[in-house]
Amino acid sequence: MKRKIRVLVAKPGLDGHDRGAKTVAAALRDHGMEVVYTGLHKTPAMIAEVASQEDVDVVGLSILSGAHMSLFPRVRAELQARGLGEVLLVGGGIIPQEDMAALEGEGFARLFGPGTPTTEIAEWIQGEMERKWQREEAQEGSRS
Amino acid sequence: MKDPGELTARLLQGDRAALARSISWAENGDPRFARVLEAVYDRVGRAWRLGITGPPGAGKSTLTNELARLYREAGETVAVLAVDPSSPYTGGALLGDRIRMEERTLDPGVYIRSMASRGGHGGLARAAVDACDAMDAFGFQRILLETVGVGQAEFEVVGAADTVLVVVHPGAGDGIQAMKAGLLEVADVLVVNKGELPGADQLVLDLEEAVHVRLRPSLRPDRNTADAGPAWTPPVVRVSAKRREGLGDLVAAVDAHRAFLEQGGRLEQRRGERRVEQVRNVVAERLLDTLWGSRDLGRALAGRLDAKTTPYAAAAAILEPILAAIPYPESEPSAGAAPGGANGA
Amino acid sequence: MTLSHDRERTDDRTRLASGAEPDAAARWRAAYDAAKRRDAEFTTVSGAPLQPLYGPGDVDLDPERDLGYPGQFPFTRGVHANMYRGRLWTMRQFAGFGTARQTNERFKFLLDHGQTGLSVAFDFPTLMGYDSDDDMSVGEVGQVGVAISSLADMETLMDGIPMDRVSTSMTINGPAPILLAFYIACGENQGVDPAQLRGTVQNDILKEYQAQHAWLVPADPALRMITDVMGYCARRVPQWNTISISGYHIREAGSTAAQELAFTLANGFEYVERGIAAGMDVDEFAPRLSFFFDSHIDFFEEICKFRAARRIWARRLRDRYGAKNPKSWMIRFHTQTAGVSLTAQQPENNIVRTAYEALAAVLGGTQSLHTNSMDETLSLPTEKAVKIALRTQQIVAEETEVAHVVDPLAGSYFVEAQTKRLEDEAERYFAEIEKRGGVVPSIEAGYIQREIHNSAVAYQAAVERRSKKVVGVNCYVEGDEGPTIDLHRIDPAVEQEQHRRLAELREKRDDAAVRRELDAVRAACRDGSNLLERFVAAAHAYCTLGEIAGVLREEFGEYVEPMIL
Repeated sequence: MKRKIRVLVAKPGLDGHDRGAKTVAAALRDHGMEVVYTGLHKTPAMIAEVASQEDVDVVGLSILSGAHMSLFPRVRAELQARGLGEVLLVGGGIIPQEDMAALEGEGFARLFGPGTPTTEIAEWIQGEMERKWQREEAQEGSRS
Repeated sequence: MKDPGELTARLLQGDRAALARSISWAENGDPRFARVLEAVYDRVGRAWRLGITGPPGAGKSTLTNELARLYREAGETVAVLAVDPSSPYTGGALLGDRIRMEERTLDPGVYIRSMASRGGHGGLARAAVDACDAMDAFGFQRILLETVGVGQAEFEVVGAADTVLVVVHPGAGDGIQAMKAGLLEVADVLVVNKGELPGADQLVLDLEEAVHVRLRPSLRPDRNTADAGPAWTPPVVRVSAKRREGLGDLVAAVDAHRAFLEQGGRLEQRRGERRVEQVRNVVAERLLDTLWGSRDLGRALAGRLDAKTTPYAAAAAILEPILAAIPYPESEPSAGAAPGGANGA
Repeated sequence: MTLSHDRERTDDRTRLASGAEPDAAARWRAAYDAAKRRDAEFTTVSGAPLQPLYGPGDVDLDPERDLGYPGQFPFTRGVHANMYRGRLWTMRQFAGFGTARQTNERFKFLLDHGQTGLSVAFDFPTLMGYDSDDDMSVGEVGQVGVAISSLADMETLMDGIPMDRVSTSMTINGPAPILLAFYIACGENQGVDPAQLRGTVQNDILKEYQAQHAWLVPADPALRMITDVMGYCARRVPQWNTISISGYHIREAGSTAAQELAFTLANGFEYVERGIAAGMDVDEFAPRLSFFFDSHIDFFEEICKFRAARRIWARRLRDRYGAKNPKSWMIRFHTQTAGVSLTAQQPENNIVRTAYEALAAVLGGTQSLHTNSMDETLSLPTEKAVKIALRTQQIVAEETEVAHVVDPLAGSYFVEAQTKRLEDEAERYFAEIEKRGGVVPSIEAGYIQREIHNSAVAYQAAVERRSKKVVGVNCYVEGDEGPTIDLHRIDPAVEQEQHRRLAELREKRDDAAVRRELDAVRAACRDGSNLLERFVAAAHAYCTLGEIAGVLREEFGEYVEPMIL
């Protein structure tokens, strides 16, 4: 069987707005990815644990409650604590530009603002993962 | 985690990320999985594998969650493999089953993994068995293998379990449909979930009757009774997973089936058949992957195959040298060759 | 021409205007078909097809039966005989952020600027029944609304505001009965008799399971608490609207206009049936039910939705549930302009969107209105943005002169045809829900959530293929402009401040009384006696929200959502 991009779409925090997360999840599925969705109201530890058990390549966080600056870094820390520092970490929601920049400096690969077309998100992830896998293959090739 | 040796060591130390990665390798057909399995195969065979299947809407996830809870309360560790269909159009999948089991996410005695069907029958069944083997080697005592649907692919997947639960619910003619789809034949235990709904009584009666009709020896050579001992009669258990009713009976029915298999070499026979089946899966997949993948036979043929060569003749040209090299007796045809192809040759 | 009361003339399928030539319709059709058409999808924002022209043949209407007169059954034209000639709608801006003290100041600011009612937005921990110092609350305290963890916070929130003279709307659902108990207790401490309190608590749990997702316990105990609130308020707080049955969140989650209409009203019917099943007379509680709708960007579809809602509700209440009191037949509703229609790109454009949406709500006959602020897709609204939003509805009220005529669009072929279309679609959904055994089984099976989700995905796809246009997003894009407006941020110190306040409270209060009241809540969970009564007593003992909700979770379990993707 062919390798597929496995993505965890997760909702940290207490807000119940899952429209964006689910729409993105559906779009990623339509781009051939395997998408695990956590459901609402998950703590950073739960999200990281699911990412670990499911061995995902990408973790996408969606939040609309304004708690991104405290919850996103916590998710990242929990991932790192489980040895998942390599996972492609992205986020979206109502996040002011300056916060996006700050998070991108803290290990988030990319933040997507409201109104980003879902195809853009899917294609970006696809491109990133293809490049990453190519790099890995090249590394393995040079080692053997 | 890229090296099979390192991964094996971590798997044996109880690192769940290593288990997760080994399952990914199995799913992707990565050759590194074979090396991991080689190293841990002496630890496989200790877990009891429970297959759970049935039509959509029967409440399988809720039931799986409840069974996981009961086994945990009894002090056993539990791994769950939830198989969901991939989209035939895009190849993608939405895996949401674990949401029902989210309360167990942080329990160190539980591991939950979602797997997409990725379209391939043999490939899926092979990967599911691989995943169960990895969970088994890791040390989980109960493996719950859950699939959605009533097709051939789901049969093949849950058929690899030690005890197969077929879950149906009253209403929408699901019971009848399940019988038609042949699910009764894979069932070791029939579960009528949502037993509080109207129509449950009737469904239990219908299923009990259907089980007895099928059990007449002239109608059903039972795979559990190949040693000609007493037959296993799949019990019909009525539960309500949502209301936590009847679950004790279900656990008891599973235990009874286990006790039955553990007598007279039945279990070893059943597992032996499964191992053969897994070999068949691996051979079939490897052969196709090799010929169409690394050898790129598809492209080679596209250039050379003219309108006058029948598909049988072309296949024979490919298979004959391969079959000739197989040291097994002629009377046991290779599992990888389709009957039509073999005859045509 | 005016719409005739004579059915035969409305049945005339060709005549567009009296005196028109007999083949005029055919000639128009031919000319229309021959003319060039711009590249657009001619549908409503909900995806319903639109004709180029509507005429008498498109309207199946008996004006006496289907429209009636304002203030009379079936209330299609409005719930009051004089509508806005008597009194304008209530301008009620939803507000709340940070601490109770900060929100209290914003309330006083809004009252000073001509706002006529209060509307409290709570933060997520409060909405989910957690105290500010709970582990689940990390990072969320005071972010999207005010943090209220106990009666002490409620006292700060209402400090200096005469509770016998303002009407207060509280947008909360899962733990709504507990927050209402805080409000009642707060009034009592101010010396205000509960009978004088006016306002609304949203208290609509069904749409939480369907769309908004701030739930506490499963449906059956949650619905029991709602009937407890209806029963208690009928006796003790008679001016209080015990539930605000809300389509807003259903729509914001991505539903179509018809789905918003249908699911909201279906939820309303469910509450009515539960009330009746609990032994209440429908006329005892139905007049206290209120509604809350979205006003989206499709101008006409929204107006028609409001008109259809009134007609459907009136008929059901009278004909199926046997309500005798005309007040039971009337849908009175609050409207909020559509948050989802706003864009982060070129945010000033949101002022214009909100203005159209506000106008639709007024032409649809709303009783109160919240207009969104232009910066809400970016953060909590700033004071300036809130003021512009309030001024937007004041301009509709004072300058456009639309408030002088009741239901001015009635009789428009298009408006009446579309009102009927929405009514018919809603009826089809009622049948689907009934087929599934009612609203709760439909939620448990994920049917309603899936319908909403599918609509959301379809709309997003339409935007992405540009068959639905959004200015600044998929047309007239100005590039990566980013926000050009000031953002309102919540100081993280709010969380610490709340922790401190709670620690102080737990220190000061009478622990024995707290334990006694929590035990009494637990006992009421089990013996079925009125929970709101216990909550008010627990509020007075300064039991916290999280403590009371914790008892409910232990007794009733937590709700688990069915997976819908």
